Amino acid sequence: MKPFFACVKKEFYHIIRDVRTVLILLVMPVAQIIIFGFAISTEVRNIRVAVGDPSNDASTQRLINEIDANPYFDITRTIDNPKQIDNLFRRDETDLVIVFEENFNENLLRTGEASLQLITDATEPNKATAVTSYAANVIKSYRNGINKGTARANMQISPEIKLLYNPQQKSAYNFVPGVMGLILMLICAMMTSISIVRERELGTMEVLLASPIKPISVILAKTVPYLTLSIVNLATLLLLSVFVLDVPVAGSLGLLSVLSLLFIFVALSLGLLISTIVNSQPAAMLVSGMVLMMPVMLLSGMIFPIESMPLLLQWISNIIPARWFIAAVKKIMIEGLGFTYVLKETAVLVSMIAVIMLISLKNFKYRLQ
Amino acid sequence: MIMNNIVIETENLTKRFGKFTAVDSISFNVRKGEIFGFLGANGAGKTTAMRMLCGLSKPTSGKGTVAGYDITRRPEPIKRNIGYMSQRFSLYEDLKVWENIRLFGGIYGMSDSQIAEKTNELLHTLDFGKDRNTPVKALPLGRKQKLAFSVAIFHEPKIVFLDEPTGGVDPAARRQFWELIYDASDRGIAVFVTTHYMDEAEYCNRVSIMVDGRIKALDTPDKLKCQYNADSMNDVFTHIARTAERTGE
Repeated sequence: MKPFFACVKKEFYHIIRDVRTVLILLVMPVAQIIIFGFAISTEVRNIRVAVGDPSNDASTQRLINEIDANPYFDITRTIDNPKQIDNLFRRDETDLVIVFEENFNENLLRTGEASLQLITDATEPNKATAVTSYAANVIKSYRNGINKGTARANMQISPEIKLLYNPQQKSAYNFVPGVMGLILMLICAMMTSISIVRERELGTMEVLLASPIKPISVILAKTVPYLTLSIVNLATLLLLSVFVLDVPVAGSLGLLSVLSLLFIFVALSLGLLISTIVNSQPAAMLVSGMVLMMPVMLLSGMIFPIESMPLLLQWISNIIPARWFIAAVKKIMIEGLGFTYVLKETAVLVSMIAVIMLISLKNFKYRLQ
Repeated sequence: MIMNNIVIETENLTKRFGKFTAVDSISFNVRKGEIFGFLGANGAGKTTAMRMLCGLSKPTSGKGTVAGYDITRRPEPIKRNIGYMSQRFSLYEDLKVWENIRLFGGIYGMSDSQIAEKTNELLHTLDFGKDRNTPVKALPLGRKQKLAFSVAIFHEPKIVFLDEPTGGVDPAARRQFWELIYDASDRGIAVFVTTHYMDEAEYCNRVSIMVDGRIKALDTPDKLKCQYNADSMNDVFTHIARTAERTGE
C-alpha cells in the first residue's frame, strides 16, 4: 500500500501547486449555482394584463381597478371573446389574461364564492409562476378587504390558474441537480483524463511503469484527489442550494450521497476511458468538452425537458449518465421520494460503471507499446 | 541465481511490430558493476531493446534475463531490481527536490526512516543542501539530470537503465554526470546507457553498436578502435553506422 499512498500524495501536490486550477475547481461550482439561482428568481415587472369581464359589475370593476393600481400590473386591453386569448399570447401582446365568471358579484354576495381565471404563458415557467402568484396575491388582499367591510366575513374568490403550453412547469427546480451533474462530470472526468494524459505526455508515466508499482495503482492514485474534490464540491453545492437558494433536500441525504457517489464513479471511469483513447492534453480537454459537457448541458434534461425533445434525441439522452443522475436527484431532493423510486436510475448508473470500466481496462495499456 | 556476476543476458532477443523488425535477434550480456554503452543511430532499435529489458514491452521471440529473472515471464521482480531514467525528464517538475526523492523511495517500497536517512546522504553528496525545498523546475538542466540519476539508483538497484540521460547539456556537465555513473559502478551497480555522444562512449567499459536492429559491434572502446583502425569512437561509429539501410525515426 505504501507505493500507492506515495502516489496519492504526489497527485495532491500536483493539484495544490497549480493554484489556478484549484481556484477554478472550487470557485466555479459556487459561481455556477449562484448564477443559475438568480436566473430562477428574476423579478417580473410591468406585467401586461388583458381582462375579460362578462359580468361587468361593481365587484369586478373594483377588483380591476385594484389590479391596475398595483405597480406591477398594467391593464392594457379588454377582451370579449375567449378566442382572442390565444392570439394575444401568440402575438406577445399580453403576459396575463384575467377572465371573470358571469354574475361574479351576484355569486359573491349570494353564495359567498366567486371564481375567475388567471391565464398565462408557461413556456417561460419562471415568469409564469411569478406573474400568477403576484395576481393571486392582489386578489387575496382584495378579498380580505371586502371581508372586513361586510357582515358575511368569509366570502371566497377562487382564482383558477391556467398555465398555457407547459402546464407542468418542468424546468423549475432543474438547475440544482443539473449543476451538480455538470460539475461532478467536469471535475472527475475531465480532470482525471487530463492528468493521466499529462503524465504520459511528460514521459514520467514510463518511469512509473518501469517501477514495481502496479499500473492500476498509478491510475487509482490519480482519481483519489479528484474524488475528494468532488465530495467537497458536492457538499458546497448542497449547502448553497439549501441555505442560499432555498431549494430543500426533501428526501434522504444519505440516499442522495450514495447516488452522487455512483455518478462520481461513472464520471471517473469515463475520464479513464478518455485517457485510454486520446494522446494529448488538448485532445483530452476537447473530448471531455464535446462528448461530456455538451450532452450534459443539452440532453440531460438540465435545461430542456427531455419529454419535449424529438424522439431521436430522447433516445440518445438515455446514454447520457447525467440524465439518470439528474432524474434521480430531482426525485430524492425535490420530490422527497425514497430508494424504491430511484431503483431504475441506480441500476442504470451501476451498469454504466461496469461497462465503461470494462472497456477502459481493456483499452488501458498496461505496457506502453 | 546470478551466474558469474552476469546481471543481463539476452539470447536472440527479437521484437517485431507487424512486419517491421525493430530489434533483430540480439545476444549480449552485462556484468555486475559494468558500464555498458548501447549505441546506435535514431531508429536503430535501442529504445525498444531497452524497454524489453525493463519489462515495459514483451519480446516477440528470443530469451532474456535481467537480475536473474526472465523478462517475458517475470517482469515484476525485475522492476524491483532496476532503476530507470528516461530520455525525457523523469522527475516531477512541480514537486520539490525532497518530495521527488520521497515519492520514488515510497514507490520502491522503502521505509520512511530509510528514505529520510538516504535523502540526507544524497543531498549532501550532490551538494543539494540548499535545494532541498526547491521545486525541480527551478534547477538548471545539468543539476536536474544528476538528481534524476541519483533518484533512479536511490533504492540500490542491481542495474540502472539510462536512456540518453545527458541530452542537451555541455561536455563539462556531462563529465560531472559521469562521475556519478562511476560511483554507482564502483558500488556494483551495472549501468546500461544509451547515448548519441561519442565522448560518452569512450567512458564505457564495453560498447555495443546497433544498426538496423542488429548488434554490429560489441567490445571495449580500445579494442573497437583498434579493430576499425580508428582514432576515436566517433570514427568507429560513423564507419559502422554507414552500413545502415533504415533512416531515422
